[in-house]
Amino acid sequence: MTGVNLKQRAWQLVLTAMALLVALPILAVFAYLFIPAAEVWQHLAETVLADYLRNTIWLVLGVAAGVLLLGIPAAWLNSMCQFPGRALFEWALLLPLAMPAYIIAYTYTGMLDFSGPLQSLLRDITGWGYGEYYFPEVRSLGGAILMLSLVLFPYVYLLARAAFLEQSVCVLEVSRTLGCSRWQSFTLVALPLARPAIITGLSLALMETLADFGTVQYFGVPTFTTGIYRTWFGLGDSAAAAQLAAVLMSFVFVLILLERWSRHKARYHHTSNKYSRLPKYQLRGRQAWLATLICALPLLLGFIIPVLQLAWWSLTTADTGFDAGFIELIWHSLLLAAMAAFFALLLALVLGYGKRVNNDPLVSFTSRIAAMGYAIPGTVIAIGVLIPFTWMDRQINAAGNWLFGASPGLLLGGTLFTLLFAYNVRFLSVSLQTVEAGLGKIKPTIDDAGRSLGLGAFGVLQRLHLPLMKGTLLTALLLVFVDVLKELPATLILRPFDFNTLAVRAYEMASDERLADAGLPSIMIVAAGIIPVILLSRSITRARAGGN
Amino acid sequence: MSTLTLKNISVKYGRTTVVHDISLTVNNGDIGCLLGPSGCGKTTLLRAIAGFEPVSAGQIQLGEQLISSADKHLAPEQRNIGMVFQDYALFPHLTIADNITFGIRKQSRSEKQQRTTALLQLVNLSGYEKRYPHELSGGQQQRIALARALAPRPKLLLLDEPLGSQDLELREVLAREVRDILKREGTTAILVTHDQQEAFAMADEIGVLRDGQLQQWDRGYQLYHRPANRFVAEFIGQGALLPGEVTDEYSVATPLGAISTGLPVGCEPGCPLSILIRPDDIQLSENGEHSAEITARTFRGAEYLYTLQLADGNQLLALARSHRVHEVGNQVRFTLDLQHLVTLRQATGSEHGKLINS
Repeated sequence: MTGVNLKQRAWQLVLTAMALLVALPILAVFAYLFIPAAEVWQHLAETVLADYLRNTIWLVLGVAAGVLLLGIPAAWLNSMCQFPGRALFEWALLLPLAMPAYIIAYTYTGMLDFSGPLQSLLRDITGWGYGEYYFPEVRSLGGAILMLSLVLFPYVYLLARAAFLEQSVCVLEVSRTLGCSRWQSFTLVALPLARPAIITGLSLALMETLADFGTVQYFGVPTFTTGIYRTWFGLGDSAAAAQLAAVLMSFVFVLILLERWSRHKARYHHTSNKYSRLPKYQLRGRQAWLATLICALPLLLGFIIPVLQLAWWSLTTADTGFDAGFIELIWHSLLLAAMAAFFALLLALVLGYGKRVNNDPLVSFTSRIAAMGYAIPGTVIAIGVLIPFTWMDRQINAAGNWLFGASPGLLLGGTLFTLLFAYNVRFLSVSLQTVEAGLGKIKPTIDDAGRSLGLGAFGVLQRLHLPLMKGTLLTALLLVFVDVLKELPATLILRPFDFNTLAVRAYEMASDERLADAGLPSIMIVAAGIIPVILLSRSITRARAGGN
Repeated sequence: MSTLTLKNISVKYGRTTVVHDISLTVNNGDIGCLLGPSGCGKTTLLRAIAGFEPVSAGQIQLGEQLISSADKHLAPEQRNIGMVFQDYALFPHLTIADNITFGIRKQSRSEKQQRTTALLQLVNLSGYEKRYPHELSGGQQQRIALARALAPRPKLLLLDEPLGSQDLELREVLAREVRDILKREGTTAILVTHDQQEAFAMADEIGVLRDGQLQQWDRGYQLYHRPANRFVAEFIGQGALLPGEVTDEYSVATPLGAISTGLPVGCEPGCPLSILIRPDDIQLSENGEHSAEITARTFRGAEYLYTLQLADGNQLLALARSHRVHEVGNQVRFTLDLQHLVTLRQATGSEHGKLINS
């Protein structure tokens, strides 16, 4: 065995171990599939499981319809037509991404419930009293579908728009010369060509839907995520919770496969390498107003109106709400998010660079597993982290008792470490993808040149890659930072006792029907969420500016 | 500067052997070249010398030091071997001066400054210290890459297709320039290329590779006029292969009559051979002893390249000054002016009159 081979083995070992560690929660959850069903599971199966299934399926179907309806027309109009406000909508339609679903749910509940502004106004105008008129209940399955669609449609919009722009003008013009009307060339050519991209966007939106906890919990719509939470805390049955999680995971895997498959397909659907600027149809009169409306509506409903409501609530509660406790809350959130982002970046650098230095099938396979966390709901990850950590705590305590006659108590469970670990499982893929994209832009000969000029592998990373990737690294940090700030279910389950974050505070206030008090933490989360949207829209305009 | 010695080097990717049992020596201060079609293993061999690929068998020695063998592998950064990459791989975030001093960053500031000034003068780019790579043209970037690789005074310099991404017209000028620079620095160097003109312009000795095997290691003149085998004959230069049959130890019967070989052909009378005829072996002249019909003509500037067809159907290539033009379809007379006859064993008899247009 030569030195090279030994080094390679060492890399393999380190990378595989890291990837396995990150995959641990997923594996733990699946391990429970093979444990005989407990009584609680029987009970669940007989009572609520059918509800969970039905609600989850309706939710997924509803949100799928919603995001397609909101996303595709907006994407088509933005990439192919010219109408008033288009330049604004182009990036502003991404803004709903900054709005976590649970926050928009609180906001609309506050606006639409009996004492809210809309119903009050309605009663003032009509003179109707309580119970004398029908008003749709927002806290329902339908409401949840609407809320999730409003904040998740940008995934479809973003990918569909990119796909439309990538289509060469030629194929569309050819279809016109072959006798298609505008509408026909859209349905017969543009849409089928963009289908893989649209399916990718759709599966991303649906992964978020399956992961959603805050909205369905608040609306009282029992789904798998809330079921897992209830079984874990209410019934104290980890096995049943894990089995529910495993069922949920199988839904997620379908989506992962769908996404992989459509991305694979998308490569064959490139029609041209020459991206000439598309000549846009100039819309006029009624057509133009309709186009503006189609783009304005999701933006208003998905971002502007809820932000105004949140701002109003924040203003009215600022003097009482903004106290020392709240500053501590902000501090906690920032600290947690910053630490998680830093660790995720570190892990991503080791995995990404390890893969670059030592590209073998085992390493790329394990790092792909490690990057799967993003598709996995926070509740599932929380359960998957708690199960092995509790087991390890128990072993450590048993060993402590046996060796020293004393047990050290909880070392892992209920600590910040647990929470940070869970965040890394969930968000590693975000930083890993960013880092890998950044590394991919650095030519391999740069590494070789560094080596031939006397740098070791670490020197290449330190003196060449890191300076070349400054922007990329900052992006990776920011993306994870904001994701952690928004994260609710895993934080709720894993946080140390009495350790609150902005997201948890918003959740608690809303659960206590103190919606106005939820405004202040909520608007801070939304404000932070705008950062990645700005990054995203900047990269879009830059990609366009290149032109070819 | 040191002599580079390769002894029975093999390199494997997984289970496939890409370099088979190659031995060669590049003497101190010489410029060697690995020449071959793409996929012949030349770049892999270069990367093995640089230390980017481990060898599976054999030894690489630089001066007195063993740098690679099946159970020893000195890391690339410890070999003191410089490399110029095909895409130059200049560090985009560093200035030209910082790029050049990257390999000597541990030396004192004044030493670095001196070396930078001297190297920039050598590559004829004085005053470019503060620029960034993207502000330079391709040719300038290439010379900076050369300066950067030379800065640490490497024992050996490797150049991977150094002119590959340059304009065709520029290549010959650049090749001579690079050769001058290397000779002035007295650097031992190896370059890799698929372009024989580049190889002839830059290298002292050239190795022709095919399927990971070294076919011939020789001076350019020898490769052209004394190819070791059919592949080298066909890969280097142009010409035609005429069928022949050995009549006795020193002569071969051909469609152009009996030709004396001067050297023992090493084969029994009656055995079939191919004879390599280069375009410059044929002289068109009005009272030449042979005649042929012109079937094609290519203008080359100073000369025309004619394709000739003999009465029996065999074809030949001939070069002639462009002052006198022969039309396609005309009969011409010519004489053979063979300084050294190259005979090649024939695998099959069906390749008669094959033209080599590489």
